Amino acid sequence: MTDFAEAHRPSNLSQTGLSETETERVSYLRAGHSLSSWLFTTDHKRIAILYLISITFFFFVGGAAAALIRLDLLTPKADLLTNEGYNRAFTIHGVIMVWFFLIPSIPNTFGNFLVPLMIGARDLAFPRLNLLSWYIFMLAGLFTLFVLIAGGVDTGWTFYTPLSSMFAHANVVLAATAVFIAGFSSILTGINFIVTTHKLRCPGMTWGRLPLFVWSIYATSLVLVLATPVLSITLVLIAAERLFGLGIFNPALGGDPLLYQHLFWFYSHPAVYIMVLPALGVVSELVAAAAHKPIFGYQFVAGSSLAIAVIGFFVWGHHMFVAGQSMYASAVFSFLSLLVAVPSGIKVYNWTATLYKGHISLDPPFLFAMAFIGLFVVGGLTGLILAMLAVDVHVHDTYFVVAHFHYIMVGGTVSAFFGALHFWWPKMIGRKYSLVWGRLSAIFIFLGFNLTFFPQFLLGYWGMPRRYHVYAPQFQVLHVFSSTGASVLAVAYLVPFLYLFYSMRYGEPAGDNPWPAIGLEWTTPSPPPKHNFAKIPVVSGPPYDYHVEIEGKDG
Amino acid sequence: MADPWSSLLPAEASNYSSQVDLLTGLMLVLALGLSAPVFILMAYFAVKYRRGKPANRTHAANRNIWLEISWSAIPFVALLGFYLWSTDLSARLYHAPGNALQIDVVAKQWMWKFQHPEGQGEINELHVPVDQPVRLIMASQDVIHSLYLPALRIKQDVVPGRYTSEWFTANRPGIYMLACAEYCGANHSEMGGRIIVLDKADYARWLGQSSVDNSLALAGAALFRARGCSGCHEPGATVHAPRLDGIYGKTVALQTGETVIADDQYLRDSILLPQSQIAAGYPPIMPTFQNVLSEEDVLKIIAYIKSLQPEANTQ
Repeated sequence: MTDFAEAHRPSNLSQTGLSETETERVSYLRAGHSLSSWLFTTDHKRIAILYLISITFFFFVGGAAAALIRLDLLTPKADLLTNEGYNRAFTIHGVIMVWFFLIPSIPNTFGNFLVPLMIGARDLAFPRLNLLSWYIFMLAGLFTLFVLIAGGVDTGWTFYTPLSSMFAHANVVLAATAVFIAGFSSILTGINFIVTTHKLRCPGMTWGRLPLFVWSIYATSLVLVLATPVLSITLVLIAAERLFGLGIFNPALGGDPLLYQHLFWFYSHPAVYIMVLPALGVVSELVAAAAHKPIFGYQFVAGSSLAIAVIGFFVWGHHMFVAGQSMYASAVFSFLSLLVAVPSGIKVYNWTATLYKGHISLDPPFLFAMAFIGLFVVGGLTGLILAMLAVDVHVHDTYFVVAHFHYIMVGGTVSAFFGALHFWWPKMIGRKYSLVWGRLSAIFIFLGFNLTFFPQFLLGYWGMPRRYHVYAPQFQVLHVFSSTGASVLAVAYLVPFLYLFYSMRYGEPAGDNPWPAIGLEWTTPSPPPKHNFAKIPVVSGPPYDYHVEIEGKDG
Repeated sequence: MADPWSSLLPAEASNYSSQVDLLTGLMLVLALGLSAPVFILMAYFAVKYRRGKPANRTHAANRNIWLEISWSAIPFVALLGFYLWSTDLSARLYHAPGNALQIDVVAKQWMWKFQHPEGQGEINELHVPVDQPVRLIMASQDVIHSLYLPALRIKQDVVPGRYTSEWFTANRPGIYMLACAEYCGANHSEMGGRIIVLDKADYARWLGQSSVDNSLALAGAALFRARGCSGCHEPGATVHAPRLDGIYGKTVALQTGETVIADDQYLRDSILLPQSQIAAGYPPIMPTFQNVLSEEDVLKIIAYIKSLQPEANTQ
């Protein structure tokens, strides 16, 4: 399984692809072939596939905007895009990537697919609500595409007032409506996961035995339910100010622009954890499976997800160190931001300890997990540097910040997303893909990412502000590096979709447990039947119960 | 002077910049110290314990809880030291020395206007003397901007509806970048310019060359009369309104029983939002000048009010 020739063994390959296996004939993928059997499904696995297709689409739309941005930044002058055009490109990039890719990415695809399988349930607690949340998401997505076609929006994804509420010319209200609608999808999905985790665990699946991925989806759902309404209300207030001239944020009308920033970051900082917590859960699964060892410090890793979710609500003020907030508020927010380092550090050190004396396989899922850890560590540590008031005053709103959050959200979350895709693809589709291509993709994503974003740390410290498309000539060299890296990254992101798609028809049948890993999802056939388990499983042991040789006992 | 760092760092034009760079540099060392073990061990384990490769995989019977505690606590304690250092360093930014040269700044889409106390005005260029604390009092006429001076490692958002300020003491003459760091609409990336740090003599020469009609205070005095402020606030006025001589920096009692310091922000609010803080003992009769005066006019009037010295006490 681990080498090229074997992966491409032509044993039972015919020219038209492998014939359908017995398992596939009774799987969820074949339970109904009509379009309506997909569009009206309440099967969590099919809804996961619907999400996978839609967020992949949005990932490429957001990516196209990124490509425009990187092309434009090749030169210090405004050649490719006009000032307005550039502003619209980075706004649509941010809006789509944050709300239509990153936030739903792992929870709504892998969370949907795996949570019931991992806890031994036949579906989520509210299957119809689950489908509804996909429709709401798509409605919001259509609004966003309409904004795009109608000429875009130029406020930045942050919609800062009074620029957005009184001064911007473009489709602010439409874009805010799209994000507002998407929020309902987040809230419904969050509620669904919380109830499912509480009520549908199979016999013996105690909280202390929950897979770490489920723990992190649970923590994420709490944040989704508690933070999203604040964003929704804030967007309504913007629309009210813009449409009816109510003075809420605009000082000319008696409002306070900083009030907006407080409300926005009260949502948007926790939203960073909505994006990264599921990724942390994925990586815990990948590391344990690759090392064939129980995860080191299970309670600490699970508890740290909850700790991150809770502390994440109390650090929003670190986005406002230079906004004019009180010195004492800044000092407190700086301290609280450092606290996040503790649970994040616990996870990274525990993963490293898990590898110690493991049986480590260098298959694509593990390489993606390694890439994640490397990029997440760089993103996290530069986050600590940013939490320092004196440094932040200098690098705030520069490329240093751009690099930092891309390391977390793209280097981290997107690598984990690809890791999850490579790890559970055989389960979802029932076919193996080419491991060689998988390894190459992981390596090139890692290299391309670093080439794109590492130079941006330097640019930021040198003083290049973000959201600039006309810039001083001394910054050009580093921008050229960054744009070169971006083109490597673009190819590396595209390739997996080719070989994964290819594997759907030509890949070998995966078998129930190709890696082989421990976890209830691997006890089902690949792809699983419509109702997951013929008989609800009973769990009697700890999670990640891999064999470990203990000193003084027989091996 | 051949400074080996000079090619790796942006220009340093103040003592404060050097200290920020030192802090950043040592933070990087700490970051490396915290992350290197992870990277090295991961790579080492991946090779040594690769699946199928023979190796001793016998585990000790007990896991050490102290391991968990130590890798949570030790990095955090190290961070606390940096936290105290950084917070102390940045606290300076909030306390400008009393002798600072005050320059007024008005930001608007998409330009910076600077007003020197003697009345010299400039656009997108800021001339300042070396080794002299300079305090910028900043107002925005439309959206949020942010005055960023990378060589001095400082920036401060300029928020409509209030004054914000930043201060620095440049210690090296030269021409450095000045930029808007807060996204402010279509031409955000072109809202920049230069800060020019001059020797004291050169600065004096520059002040002399720049055409000046009036000092800020004189221009303010003219406005004070033209806009009718003097009708109520000057001695001899029949209307019962507070005298403004020497009011700047004093404590003012309000009708609500609170007190405020009559700083720039208070004077600005009193002109534009006069009903918000009524001085004790006076009727709330002052009209708002919200749509009458521009931010620059308000700054001029404040300069005039500041210049009003209380009449010398008669013996």
